[in-house]
Amino acid sequence: MSSVISVRGLEKSYGSTRAVAGIDITIETGEIFALLGPNGAGKTTTVEILEGFRMRDGGDVSVLGTDPAIKGEAGRKWRNRIGIVLQSTSDAGDLSVQETIAHFAKYYANPRDVDEVVAAVGLAEKSKELIRTLSGGQRRRLDVALGIIGSPELLFLDEPTTGFDPKARRAFWALIEDLQKTGTTILLTTHYLDEAEALADRVGVISQGRIIEISTPALLGGRATSLATVSWLSAVGPKSEKTDNPTALIGKLSADFPGEIPELTVKRASLEDIYLEMIGGEDESK
Amino acid sequence: MSQNKVPSALTIGIARGGLELKQFMRQRESVVFTLAFPIMLLGIFGSVFTNELTDGVTFSQYFVAGMIASGLVNTGFQQLAIMIPVERDFGTLKRLRGTPMPASSYFIGKVIVVFVTMLIQVLLLLIAGVLFFGVNLPTDPAKWFTFTWLILLGSAASTALGIAFSVIPKSGRGASAVVSPVVIVLQFFSGVFFVFTDLPGWMQQVAAIFPLKWMTQGMRSVFLPDSFAAREVAGNWETGRTFIIILAWLIAGLFISKRTFKWDDQR
Repeated sequence: MSSVISVRGLEKSYGSTRAVAGIDITIETGEIFALLGPNGAGKTTTVEILEGFRMRDGGDVSVLGTDPAIKGEAGRKWRNRIGIVLQSTSDAGDLSVQETIAHFAKYYANPRDVDEVVAAVGLAEKSKELIRTLSGGQRRRLDVALGIIGSPELLFLDEPTTGFDPKARRAFWALIEDLQKTGTTILLTTHYLDEAEALADRVGVISQGRIIEISTPALLGGRATSLATVSWLSAVGPKSEKTDNPTALIGKLSADFPGEIPELTVKRASLEDIYLEMIGGEDESK
Repeated sequence: MSQNKVPSALTIGIARGGLELKQFMRQRESVVFTLAFPIMLLGIFGSVFTNELTDGVTFSQYFVAGMIASGLVNTGFQQLAIMIPVERDFGTLKRLRGTPMPASSYFIGKVIVVFVTMLIQVLLLLIAGVLFFGVNLPTDPAKWFTFTWLILLGSAASTALGIAFSVIPKSGRGASAVVSPVVIVLQFFSGVFFVFTDLPGWMQQVAAIFPLKWMTQGMRSVFLPDSFAAREVAGNWETGRTFIIILAWLIAGLFISKRTFKWDDQR
């Protein structure tokens, strides 16, 4: 099976600013791939080129075997196979959830069952309500419903859980995992590193228009081999030590204390720590 | 995977028209402003100006003709030039662009909304005009023929120009403030609120560039007695010229729309 998304040497400039300066990405069938990067790094531009919203200046792009710059009837056939959940939409407040999803179903050759999609995104109880009465999180779920109604092979999710409370985010993640189980390939952009870690098979970090690294969340930035931080409360106050061998350090501490080591924690670098370190260079320039 | 075809542009366009009409009817603002407001204006002007312009022609009859022409502009140009920037601002257009819906379906939907709301408005104005303001419906089939091509051509030009103008408002919120004054000034200049020949010459000349003046004059040729034609600027109804000028605006509107229409507000 060939790749769902294949990008080679992608370039895009706005005036004299190089927003995307030669990017290579390959995304395989059934994968959840998270694209991470600070605002202005070229993330949105890259995704919008893949979605066919923007024209590229250079490079080769193939999405489901098709160049997203395609137009006309072939473009419609291609769009029939993808789903896009944009950042923020706030339209059509005078229609009900069910009406809106049923309407979008008419755009596709093989739409999913409307009631099934309504239930999948957890809006069954709100099905007859007007969109204007939905909360922010519920609206976002509707956006996702509209993204998946056409049974897409590839789904683009742009910052899907911004503004969600923790419980809603967990429920949303479960929904995305279910989609993956049905074979949908997902390209996710997010600012939440825990979200990328929970969902993504691989993450790509983009900064200043270039990919810095593509890896699994566990291995990104040498995370697996990074130093662990052991912290505890010593007789003279809180202490912490960085070590590549925390087990030995704890063994030593156990000998020093008669019972429990007070306030003992062992902390590995979180994905967020690693990420911030990776993109740290340009944050200082601000 | 099943081999179903992507639905045709026309099928989707008709579905969009139905959906947009549903939305229209649920928005109290749009129903009040697009449908009820012209009737209110007719009530006010018709009650204030009760004088006769010539034998057998009252100002309210003159005004009804102008309001029907205005209805073509309200439901087409004004409605679309306000609605489309709002949809662009809200991300509706961008979301649609990401689906297999072709652009033509979007415009088919708009044409349906304009056409249905236009018919409702014209019908309401005709009923109010006949019942309360002494408007006589023409009996000559030739006049009904003129009426038919006027509302079809006028509405089409108005629709195309509304889509063309929709790139001008910078935001959805400000669209009404940009579009409505254009329409109101045109109504004053084009002889909707006043008798056209009473207006200053320069105003008449400005109005003659734009299609509303010709639509109003055309509607007068339908609803006023032929004897009144002598009181028009040219001394006759200028039906041929009216047709050509509105057609020219339709073509210009289509051309500009095709060149400038934007799905989102980015570069």
